[in-house]
Amino acid sequence: MENNFYHTKGKFPGILGWLFTTDHKRIGLLYLGATLSFFFVGVMLGLTMRLELIRSGMHIISAQTYNALFTLHGVVMVFLFVIPGIPASLGNFILPLQIGARDVAFPKINLLSWWLFMAGAACAVTSLFTGSGPPDTGWTFYIPYSIRTTTNVSLAVFGVFLIGFSSTLTGMNFLTTIHRMRAPGMTWKRMPLFTWSVYATAWIQLLATPVLAITLTLIILERYLGVGFFDPAKGGDPILFEHMFWIYSHPAVYIMILPAMGAVTDIIPVFTRRNIFGYTAIAASSLAIAFVGYLVWGHHMFTSGMSDTARIIFSLLTFIVAVPSGVKVFNWIASMYKGSIRLDAPFLYVLGFIFLFSIGGLTGLMIGALSTNLHVHGTYFIVAHFHYVIFGGAVFGFFAALHYWYPKITGRMYEEHLAKLAFAVLFIGFNMLYFSMFIAGWEGMPRRYYDYLPRFNTPNLISTIGSWVLAMGLVILFYNLIHSLLSGEESGNNPWEAATLEWQTTSPPLTENFETIPEVTKGPYQYR
Amino acid sequence: MTTQETAHTQHRDYTGAKLGMWFFLFTEILLFGGMFLLYAVYRVKFAADFHEAGKEMNLLLGAANTVILLTSSLTMVLAISAIKQGQRTRSIAFQSATILLGLVFLANKYFEWTGHIQHGLYPSAPELLARGNGTTLFYGLYYVMTGIHGLHVVIGVGMIGFVLVLTLRKTVTSADYVKLENTGLFWHLVDIIWIYLFPLFYLIA
Repeated sequence: MENNFYHTKGKFPGILGWLFTTDHKRIGLLYLGATLSFFFVGVMLGLTMRLELIRSGMHIISAQTYNALFTLHGVVMVFLFVIPGIPASLGNFILPLQIGARDVAFPKINLLSWWLFMAGAACAVTSLFTGSGPPDTGWTFYIPYSIRTTTNVSLAVFGVFLIGFSSTLTGMNFLTTIHRMRAPGMTWKRMPLFTWSVYATAWIQLLATPVLAITLTLIILERYLGVGFFDPAKGGDPILFEHMFWIYSHPAVYIMILPAMGAVTDIIPVFTRRNIFGYTAIAASSLAIAFVGYLVWGHHMFTSGMSDTARIIFSLLTFIVAVPSGVKVFNWIASMYKGSIRLDAPFLYVLGFIFLFSIGGLTGLMIGALSTNLHVHGTYFIVAHFHYVIFGGAVFGFFAALHYWYPKITGRMYEEHLAKLAFAVLFIGFNMLYFSMFIAGWEGMPRRYYDYLPRFNTPNLISTIGSWVLAMGLVILFYNLIHSLLSGEESGNNPWEAATLEWQTTSPPLTENFETIPEVTKGPYQYR
Repeated sequence: MTTQETAHTQHRDYTGAKLGMWFFLFTEILLFGGMFLLYAVYRVKFAADFHEAGKEMNLLLGAANTVILLTSSLTMVLAISAIKQGQRTRSIAFQSATILLGLVFLANKYFEWTGHIQHGLYPSAPELLARGNGTTLFYGLYYVMTGIHGLHVVIGVGMIGFVLVLTLRKTVTSADYVKLENTGLFWHLVDIIWIYLFPLFYLIA
């Protein structure tokens, strides 16, 4: 167990050997620790919001505080947890191993990416405590309020800018790695589908994030210099801000979901002992989602006053972008047919993912339709939709991947019964928390309000209790993973008997990943 | 020996290094693309005002800067060509010339900007706002776009300075010059962006 990357004798001693590392495995773990810490912060913010909303007319915080809470919940969860999420942590750790490489193409730039991420996070956290307090604009920073509010918008936005730069460099790094560093014999069609999904995600990180960068820069310039691009008094157009913001932020949601889908696609063959159904279709669908995802941003703006023609086109494209996701769901189910199912924690989370993501995706079609959208825009229906796809989808996928690759990363196994219990509690809590939001939203409850009419009491009470159940599930999940670090059984190199390359080396991996670079002669999922 | 084996064993991948730089340049196109989008929208909306405001741009300085940047791209290419042939001193001379031309560009920009600012034409200035919305946005775009471009010129000059030191230290040589080439690629991008900015601000009058 001692001859692994945790014990590398590098240039720097102790913790400096981690803070100045260029080893993709260590960088992946640095990201993992950071993003999970921010997830914890985001969960606390969410629980506080739910506590405020437990009953109509009852308050534990002021309206201003509530506005700051939902802004931070969004900023922390979106920019500090889910977007870096799988690509930065598991992508960094697993990708080079999966393609049989010793590291990524640019290890020093990889370290720079992590430093930029931490610097950006520091800015965002500092904005909570300095000046006039944390931003209260919502994570979407809509103009004109984000220009006029005296809260710390500029510092928070600059932090997000740095995180975006980190993301762009990671995208560039992964693209070059996948193009140049695959092991001999690993053709594009022999790559695992997790690698394919990281590849498609990297394209979005590369090309969408710069648009966010310029948009955020323009907010800062507007606040300090009053340039006027989005100010009607100076001839500017606030809706243009919404366009520029969503031109990044819609593709961003595909950054969130594609790697989770990739992990799910890798896990299914291992736990059904079957080859994946429709390898080419799944690979192509990742690219299709990445591409079409650039074309649908207007569906966030159906009530903004855009022309009918524009709205019809965006609605049509939104329906089209759902098709490749549907292809994946069908192929995942087909892959299980006549499989020899092993219902362990990674697979449970996969099943949870498929169920919850499907609900989220189908409700997405509902709100992609113009007629429905006009009624539910700005209500809890939307909040429920995106929590189903992001939390039920991307984050459950992340939990699946965490359990699946846990032995590879730590060399130990987590405790299986506890993991199953955590999943059950999490699943129940999740649906209590968010399904009631569909009901409240459909009935007309607006979002981003710190209070509501008494007729929404019941769904809100169920939702808040659901948040406590969910929190319990998370506690059990992370207790299990952390406790098993210290006392879990040694896993051996390949406890799942999986066929992809990362499992053909030690658990945890050697510093240089492989003793000799393997030669690949077959596909990644040949079990039967 | 396959290229990938070389990449693994020698930690050096010329094609990979260039590929990474081209990917990065693509992101810069998107960054400036957002600003060109703004320009397009407001140019269509305020066509007459943009035409009038364009007449106030200093065509001489603008044209001079265009020639300066084009020439600096030439000296950059000559610097790379020299190092490929093992002519270290010549490469150092051409890299220095590129830096010098970049600094002259920035000096010209400084004079242009102070000229406009002294006439009260800067963001939120009362004189500018009094001229109307179209002119306000024209100048807003002018400062933001040439400003962010100027920032990239500063970064580029810094990068060339860095590879200049590497060339002096013989880290960049005829056997390994990809850092110089990639710096050259970045510099050419900075040049090309200016080639688009110049007509959009100086030649629309």
